[in-house]
Amino acid sequence: MILSQKHPDSHALNTPQKLTLPHRHYRRRRSYRPKKSQNNVNHVMASEEEKKSVFDVESAKEVVKELRASFAAGKTKSYEWRSTQLNAMLKMMEENEPQIVAALRDDLSKPELESSIYEVAMVKSSCRVALKKLKHWIMPEKAKTSLITFPSSAEIVSEPLGVVLVISAWNYPFLLSLDPVIGAIAAGNAVVLKPSEIAPATSLLLARLAADYLDRSCIKVVEGAVPETSALLEQKWDKILYTGNGRVARIVMAAAAKHLTPVVLELGGKCPVIVDSDINLQVATRRIIAGKWGCNNGQACISPDYIITTKSYAQKLVDSFKCELERFYGKNPFESKDLSRIVNSNHFARLSKLLDEDKVSGKIVHGGERDEANLRIAPTILLDVPQDSLIMTEEIFGPLLPIIQVDKLEDSFDVINSSGTKPLAAYLFTNNKKLKEKFVATVSAGGLVVNDTTVHLAEHTLPFGGVGDSGMGAYHGKFSFDTFSHKKAVLYRGFACDAFVRYPPYSRGKLRLLEALFNGSFFSIIRALLGWFKS
Amino acid sequence: MEESIAELRETFRSGTTKSVSWRKKQLRALLDLVNENEDSIFQALDQDLGKSRVESYRDEIGVIKKSAAYSLSCLDKWMAPKKGELPLLFFPAKAEVMPEPLGVVLIFSSWNFPITLALDPLIGAISAGNTVLLKPSELAPACMSFLTQTIPRYLDNKAIKVIGGGADVGERLLELKWDKIFFTGSPRVGRLVMTAAAKYLTPVTLELGGKCPAIVDNTLSNPSKAKVTAKRIVGGKWGPCTGQACIAIDYVLVEEKLASTLIEMVKKYIKRFYGDDLKELKSISRIVNKHQFQRLANLLKDPHVAASVVYGGSVDEEKLVIEPTILLDPPLDSEIMNEEIFGPLLPIITLKNIEESIEFINSKPNPLVIYAFTENETFKKRILSETSSGSVTFNDSMIQFLCDSLPFGGVGQSGFGRYHGKYSFDTFSHEKSVLHRAFYPELEPRYPPWTNFKFSFLKLAYAFDYFGLILLMSGFRKS
Repeated sequence: MILSQKHPDSHALNTPQKLTLPHRHYRRRRSYRPKKSQNNVNHVMASEEEKKSVFDVESAKEVVKELRASFAAGKTKSYEWRSTQLNAMLKMMEENEPQIVAALRDDLSKPELESSIYEVAMVKSSCRVALKKLKHWIMPEKAKTSLITFPSSAEIVSEPLGVVLVISAWNYPFLLSLDPVIGAIAAGNAVVLKPSEIAPATSLLLARLAADYLDRSCIKVVEGAVPETSALLEQKWDKILYTGNGRVARIVMAAAAKHLTPVVLELGGKCPVIVDSDINLQVATRRIIAGKWGCNNGQACISPDYIITTKSYAQKLVDSFKCELERFYGKNPFESKDLSRIVNSNHFARLSKLLDEDKVSGKIVHGGERDEANLRIAPTILLDVPQDSLIMTEEIFGPLLPIIQVDKLEDSFDVINSSGTKPLAAYLFTNNKKLKEKFVATVSAGGLVVNDTTVHLAEHTLPFGGVGDSGMGAYHGKFSFDTFSHKKAVLYRGFACDAFVRYPPYSRGKLRLLEALFNGSFFSIIRALLGWFKS
Repeated sequence: MEESIAELRETFRSGTTKSVSWRKKQLRALLDLVNENEDSIFQALDQDLGKSRVESYRDEIGVIKKSAAYSLSCLDKWMAPKKGELPLLFFPAKAEVMPEPLGVVLIFSSWNFPITLALDPLIGAISAGNTVLLKPSELAPACMSFLTQTIPRYLDNKAIKVIGGGADVGERLLELKWDKIFFTGSPRVGRLVMTAAAKYLTPVTLELGGKCPAIVDNTLSNPSKAKVTAKRIVGGKWGPCTGQACIAIDYVLVEEKLASTLIEMVKKYIKRFYGDDLKELKSISRIVNKHQFQRLANLLKDPHVAASVVYGGSVDEEKLVIEPTILLDPPLDSEIMNEEIFGPLLPIITLKNIEESIEFINSKPNPLVIYAFTENETFKKRILSETSSGSVTFNDSMIQFLCDSLPFGGVGQSGFGRYHGKYSFDTFSHEKSVLHRAFYPELEPRYPPWTNFKFSFLKLAYAFDYFGLILLMSGFRKS
């Protein structure tokens, strides 16, 4: 129906097999590249076993049925259950950090520090914030009432949506899986998590850890690729949170539309960085490098995608980059342990294509080296690539950084807005107050940062989400709780003071009184009442 | 059509709609529109739906006036960025969340409250600084005509447009790219709207419907409370457009032993409010068109359903009038108990024990509203925690619609997204987070090459362990 035809293997498996839940992990057969790690053997063995169980639409239905029963039984609604699960997740991260780091190294060659900080520490921090604030978040919010509904009281009650689906991405496979799940749990929902098959080691580890630490009757991990995701998307969910790309997001939303399921789509875009001249160049350069190559080697939705600076400043900027890049990653970045690799050969080929395009290949001013066998591309800077080149029209999602030159910096806003799409983030380095104001007022993006990059992700009091092509909805901190809640309006009325004016038979007097009530002015109400009594 | 939309995009790009003065001017112009054309609005509503003046004022004109005035008074506050709190680690930094308009938005309104459901979302879209295309429902042609002719006379044509026409126009509109679509209508069309929106990743708000139940417990045993309950039920069923409202009471749940009391009181107030002669019903709307009339008449054709009619049931096809009708315990598998009624037929379902109403309601899709007439605090808590609906109103009907501080919207099959008051402003805005950082101080541990010290530093930083950080930096803690 949606993503593809039924998985070919499933034809061979037409003999119905009773799929027992919930302990089996469902995965399709994958073709693995040879890996250097010990896990290789386990993966090969696993693929034989995998042929026996296929996660299809029936399996997906069963999963949802079980979770609906758990939800209907009220298991997930209590504060105790929610805090137990969040504590369990915290423990899960604390007790398994080495395994998590190893899985991320397998999947992405992610440096240990990036894994520990951007995945483990951030998930833990998210759990802690939720645990600390949960009681407060769960409390109903009082709402004001007006004269029209007098006497009354009102409140807004947060209730879980029900059974939700989280589909996560491969680049921050732990963070982007567990952070939304934290929100779903905090809000009292039952959850299915579908991690990305492009990060298979972390997908496997997530499935195992979730089964060991979390309540299996309410929180499940379903592994798999296109067929499994399609099977899941055919079911009715109460909310779907998808992190990934625009193409698949359209498929997710169309599938959700069949069941009127609300969605949160965390997508990407080309996040621009505007660099002014009158700044601390070294600090700015370092912060851009940290946000670009320091974040999974540019494979992050909020990584700086390209830079816009003035013609007069560009060379200085390039020189500063060269200097700092060497300081961070050494003369030969392929030898640095502090850079992730490109996730797989598909993406390597995609990025190579961007560099090989005729109008671009001559624009490399730094880097450009590639090592296909090890899926490595050196930090690469390009200067003055044409606006209609592939590298300037597609989201790069890799270690290539084009620099666009403009005559004056104010022109950069036109460059950004002319792309016709709104990115997930936009960055500006300047000390010029007017430029900052114009930037904030003119550039539409999910989030903006002035004089830094990517750090807003770590701030849980800021909503994290896109707009336009970069997505819809937001999460992090309380926004996660809210996104997985239904805010139910409750109005309490009494039997006293029943306003006769509400009921027929209608008369001119009642009309005047109604008008006065809507106006909210006591004077006109008294006048209308007097008029009514007179007539 | 494409030209109009191109113009809306151009206008938005020019930034005109972003200024607070433009927004306020449009809102004031909308107020003028309604104030100066009350009679025309009354006439159009009478023509389309047979709405009486009081009903038209209460449910349409008054609502818009209140909404526009409220938005005008709050707009400055709503547009102001919200300050964000930041932890010490970020110092010095400033964070805020800034609402900004989404761009060019499409509003589809419904036929039952053709003025309110068109102009109330419009108020939200304007307040948030968007350009708008409004597509009123062709099933209320006089109101659609009124809107297409009058809006251009009062509001900024380059930024706010109205388009008439039927379903084919709607389909063509859905093929284009919008920055938001706001739809009020049926779940069936809601699915089509969302599917079309998915092509462009357009966010949508769907205000749908459902079977809104009214639970009545033993407050009926108290005569004065029973009177008020009955009045509010009658007012909440036939008052709004003769039951053709997403928040109208669809059916009532009551204990067996109190059913006859309730029915008698409801009958009494029907007669008092509307009269009991089909030919001479007063203060009540009619059915919008033949198609809806047929649909409702067919609900009564089922012999078991017909047998359960205890009051009313007469229809006048020529005038498109159906008498306020009460049914007692129609079969639960009949269409009338499974489809949203959206008309003047009121099934009363009896239960052995009123607490069973919770299970009954949960066996059906989530409604837009649950009404509960009860003073039992425990029962109220159970209803709140064990059922799910867009909203809940205790001891009244319909009136929550007028409360600007309460979000109005559905959940599950009754829709998603919400509006009214500030929620209207928010639904048409993007909340953009903005973080301002300074160049100093610089945190060296942010940058590679990684060392154990940097690793420890970052771990402590992410745990906000300031004391640990001090110990680390002063050498009292090993990395």
